[in-house]
Amino acid sequence: MDAIVDSDGGMDRAADVQLDAEPAIQVDGLVKRYGDVLAVDGIGFAVARGSFTALLGGNGAGKTTTIAILLGLVRPTAGRIRILGQDFALHAKALLARMNFQSPYADLPRRLTVRQNLTIYARLYGVVKVTDRIAYLARELDLSALLDRPLGELSAGQRTRAGLAKAFVNRPELVLLDEPTASLDPDTADWVRGFLARYAREANASFFIASHNMLEVERLCDQVLMMKNGRIVDSGAPKELIAKYGRTTLEDVFLEVARHGAKGGAA
Amino acid sequence: MSFADKGTPRRIGAVVLRHWYLIAGSWPRFLDLCYWPIVQMILWGFIQTFLMRQSDFFAQAGGILLGAVMLWDVLFRGQIGLAISFFEEVYSRNLGHLLATPLKIGEYMAALMVVSLMRTIVGLFPATLLAIWFFGFSLYSLGIALIAFFFSLIIFGWSIGLFVAGLVLRYGLGAESFAWAFIFALAPLCGIYYPIAILPSWVQALSALLPASYIFEGMRTVLIDHVVRTDDLLIASGLNLVWLAGGIAGFLLFHASARERGMLLQLGE
Repeated sequence: MDAIVDSDGGMDRAADVQLDAEPAIQVDGLVKRYGDVLAVDGIGFAVARGSFTALLGGNGAGKTTTIAILLGLVRPTAGRIRILGQDFALHAKALLARMNFQSPYADLPRRLTVRQNLTIYARLYGVVKVTDRIAYLARELDLSALLDRPLGELSAGQRTRAGLAKAFVNRPELVLLDEPTASLDPDTADWVRGFLARYAREANASFFIASHNMLEVERLCDQVLMMKNGRIVDSGAPKELIAKYGRTTLEDVFLEVARHGAKGGAA
Repeated sequence: MSFADKGTPRRIGAVVLRHWYLIAGSWPRFLDLCYWPIVQMILWGFIQTFLMRQSDFFAQAGGILLGAVMLWDVLFRGQIGLAISFFEEVYSRNLGHLLATPLKIGEYMAALMVVSLMRTIVGLFPATLLAIWFFGFSLYSLGIALIAFFFSLIIFGWSIGLFVAGLVLRYGLGAESFAWAFIFALAPLCGIYYPIAILPSWVQALSALLPASYIFEGMRTVLIDHVVRTDDLLIASGLNLVWLAGGIAGFLLFHASARERGMLLQLGE
């Protein structure tokens, strides 16, 4: 599974996706209702092993709820979820050991150092060689000089990288990321995208990403799920969607769907 | 789903380590743990010294106020230590991270109890030594009964702490003040500084439901009559089982409700 870096730095990873294996995520008829509010309205999708799949949608579309359900933090009202070939409802904790996530809604304790935070999570996930793993992640995410500084003393970008280190501390097979590069400058964001692609290649990992950065999604993702009002209103490869809507960028497609609904009727 | 597996001690240890890092890495926090028990001990030590000069009863029952205040601190620190450790995760918005790991909810509760035990011992030990030095009273003179008193009180504290933590899980940090309100509401009923017999009969009925009531009565019996009331200890143990089961059930129910309402990821300041 080799990533091919385009001349503009983009990555064509479609050839790497393992379509024959049982999906990394298989969701059927997922519903989440908060009282009268239908946050997720019967969605179904599959994330192929080794793929990058993006979940796009405006605020309140249901992206964060969907990710929280996949992490076991929200109880779904209905639906069936299989992760890495197993029923999530029956094997949640065993599956969570093989997954990880980063979200702007969850922080790491800011009074602890980066090393202390990573040590705690390494132990929670049962990492065997904790010191080696932390050293590797520190090298990969340029955190070596920051390891013994409290998280609260770091810049937002540095904290994001520390959060990413936590998200990879257990060598996850499935990574859920909510706005992974939101607080990073363009250079660091590009460098982090390179790390994600490299990790996916080396660990044969699958990624499920919620992002508002359309350029990032175009460059990284094999598949895009477009969410609106709790429903998946369109999906496909970024280039397919751009072609389908007769636009030049995925951002234009996003705006079209957000303002006028999806082509083919679902809105 | 099993309640424990071979990774259980490691995961509990990881949560305990998180709190140890926090305490050991900050001398003001460390000092704060010891400070209040010492202040309480000194205050009640002087009250006791005064009363011993005024009353034959206190002169003969040396140490009952000091013993009471230090055992009360076991209950109070046990409860508040558990609740505060949980609040730390909420303040730092770390709860979503923790609960999306292989850490089981039972392991998390067990870890909070261990952290509470650690905080109580670290906080109270200096006060017990200073009580010997300042007032010539050793809590350790309670002998083997002290172990039973200590665990009975701290388990009762955990029961209340788990319930309060559950309330915050379900209703957010607005419910934080219950951590102090609950325990202080129970304090007059426990007979910390006075026999239960002086309470109105209907209040005595409520006191009879609290394990701590039997422990403070038992402490006075040991210090005055030099007798360990095993029947009281057994009743306290039985009541503790009921209270702990209630605290655990409350935490689990509030956790389930918070998960249903989507509050686990976004709970924070």
